[in-house]
Amino acid sequence: MKADATLDCIGLYCPMPIAHTANKLKELEVGQVLEILADDEGIKEDMPAWCRATGNELLGIEEEAGGYKVYIKKSK
Amino acid sequence: MQEKVTLVVFSGEMDKALAAFNIAIGAVSMGMEVTMFFTFWGLNIIKRNEGSIKSRGIMRKMLNFMNRGGSKRLPLSKFHMFGLGKWMMGKLMRDAKFPSVDELIATAREAGVKFIACTNSMGIMGISKEAFIPEVDSFAGVATYLAEAKEGKVNLFI
Repeated sequence: MKADATLDCIGLYCPMPIAHTANKLKELEVGQVLEILADDEGIKEDMPAWCRATGNELLGIEEEAGGYKVYIKKSK
Repeated sequence: MQEKVTLVVFSGEMDKALAAFNIAIGAVSMGMEVTMFFTFWGLNIIKRNEGSIKSRGIMRKMLNFMNRGGSKRLPLSKFHMFGLGKWMMGKLMRDAKFPSVDELIATAREAGVKFIACTNSMGIMGISKEAFIPEVDSFAGVATYLAEAKEGKVNLFI
């Protein structure tokens, strides 16, 4: 998936990935896509929950060796 | 209107402080407005680490000597073992790149979490405003807490 920016959260535990995601998304324009790299398994549940709560669109979570790639579209 | 979260931080242990700051940082990251009320032993978390805590009267002096507080001095609620357990937990946290209480305080503040110190406990224990870190927004009582909590969606006592 193509992203406008990438955020590296490898090695970080909850709540840091969502805290960094919230900050990073502020720098993006509405409609742009943020890619988040993370390896804390909680991210699989937390990112969808974060998106629901903040009104941003979760485009997908790709699972691969060593971690996850999460794609979020800034929606407002 | 922004959704509100209030946390009453009654405990002064490191592990409980971590839990409180995790929730606070998570909630502000989700666009919620977060207020942390530090009361009783919880005041230890927001005491400054440097210098001594001045108070009047022999009992309060003794209390503030034994209960010095400060984010770097918080014990573990379990397996503290005169500091050995805390040292080991600190090492595990650093190895896991998990932030310390100090760093969590800074992150919470940058994200806009409000810190309130309870004046009632301060009065009983004889702790003055000067004992606290400058990040504390205000000094207030139970009415301030309840005014926030009654509009809160999530209200926790830690």
